[in-house]
Amino acid sequence: MAKITYHTHDNKTHTIDVQKGLTVMEGAIQNDIPGIDADCGGGMACATCHVYVKEEWLDKLPVKEDGEEDMLDMAFEPKNNSRLSCQLIVSDELDGLEVSIPSKQG
Amino acid sequence: MNKTDVLIIGAGPTGLFCAHQLGIIGLSCEIVDNLDKAGGQCIELYPDKPIYDIPAVPECTGEELTNNLLKQIKPFNVKFHLNERVEELKKNQNRWHIKTSGGVEFDVAAIVIAGGVGSFEPRKFSVKECEKFEGNSLFYSIKDKSIFKDKTISIFGGGDSALDWAIELSNTSKVNLIHRRDGFSGAESSVQKVKELNDQGKLNLYTKYQMDSVSGDTQIETVKIKHDEGEIKEIKSDYVLGFFGLIMQLGPILDWGLNINKKTVEVNTENFETNVSGIFAIGDICSYPGKLKLILSGFHEGALAARGCFKYAKPDEKLRFEFTTTSKAAQERLGIKK
Repeated sequence: MAKITYHTHDNKTHTIDVQKGLTVMEGAIQNDIPGIDADCGGGMACATCHVYVKEEWLDKLPVKEDGEEDMLDMAFEPKNNSRLSCQLIVSDELDGLEVSIPSKQG
Repeated sequence: MNKTDVLIIGAGPTGLFCAHQLGIIGLSCEIVDNLDKAGGQCIELYPDKPIYDIPAVPECTGEELTNNLLKQIKPFNVKFHLNERVEELKKNQNRWHIKTSGGVEFDVAAIVIAGGVGSFEPRKFSVKECEKFEGNSLFYSIKDKSIFKDKTISIFGGGDSALDWAIELSNTSKVNLIHRRDGFSGAESSVQKVKELNDQGKLNLYTKYQMDSVSGDTQIETVKIKHDEGEIKEIKSDYVLGFFGLIMQLGPILDWGLNINKKTVEVNTENFETNVSGIFAIGDICSYPGKLKLILSGFHEGALAARGCFKYAKPDEKLRFEFTTTSKAAQERLGIKK
């Protein structure tokens, strides 16, 4: 298990123990955290699991695959710390990760 | 008025295979889809990407899968209504009356919703004032390019649509192309062309900028764009175009009295009927305990929903279970000559 903190747009904070091997997106969906739609189910085909990663974590994350940046072009208000949460696989290294969920996904 | 047994909403793989299953048991159907072609997510999102988990098909692309399904339902001469979105639904005694966005009307015994995660709609700008100009000086698709002649156009996006239109419109208009990063997702040759045009002064390229605001009286007059580092530029613009791909929206289905849970429609697993008698839901749009969003699950759901439709379409007849290998009736419907 790793602790992942989701800051939702209603100014609430949800810290969840997410099983290692799941994605940050799946952790949110399974725990009913609002604001992540994940329409395509984790296929990097839709950009509706878009999150902003807390700056200090950016370097610790796996590098983006080509398709991720392309999909982020489609996301709602992308920023430099934008990631698709379906591409972030929870591991010991990500224990303590904090992400913020945008006001909407599309 | 189109009179048929079943209306299928959605021409993705699940909807197409359901049409096959309806055809096999002797029911007629027509298919409505909001996109301009059949295939759903397979065609819209990943036509060239391989799929490895279709039973007995080790590998195929989204496009191949779609083409094979279309071939499989060819004997049934299913009528497609593309570029149409289902809008209105009315119960009329034992039949359903449906009207689409383009005014096409249907009279059917049952409805199968195979709508994936909803209908594809263009993604829009997040800036609120954009709504006011949408349709008059701000567009997400181009229907008549002649209106842009000799005007100043600001195009946002980094995919093929944005690049292609920037190149084409730069011949007759003053074009600004604005994109949030230096990299583009569109074809490399188009990226090169855009850079050349920028160097020759035939187009203005702004990267690492995003829209900040738009203003104007009834029509857009200026657009403000903001750099990653905070600098804001104001550019004069007669028109704004946004090409951010498509997003899926559930749309009018939400108002049909169906039990909706997290953008999906609840169904029973006996015949995939919803809480409303005569309306079925299959594929990614339906939910039930254990639901897997796989194409193969959609096929199974479609086979059962088709049989569930039978009692509405032919209330006085009994459906007998048959195999296509041995059923004369099924083979006749398939047009097989021995």
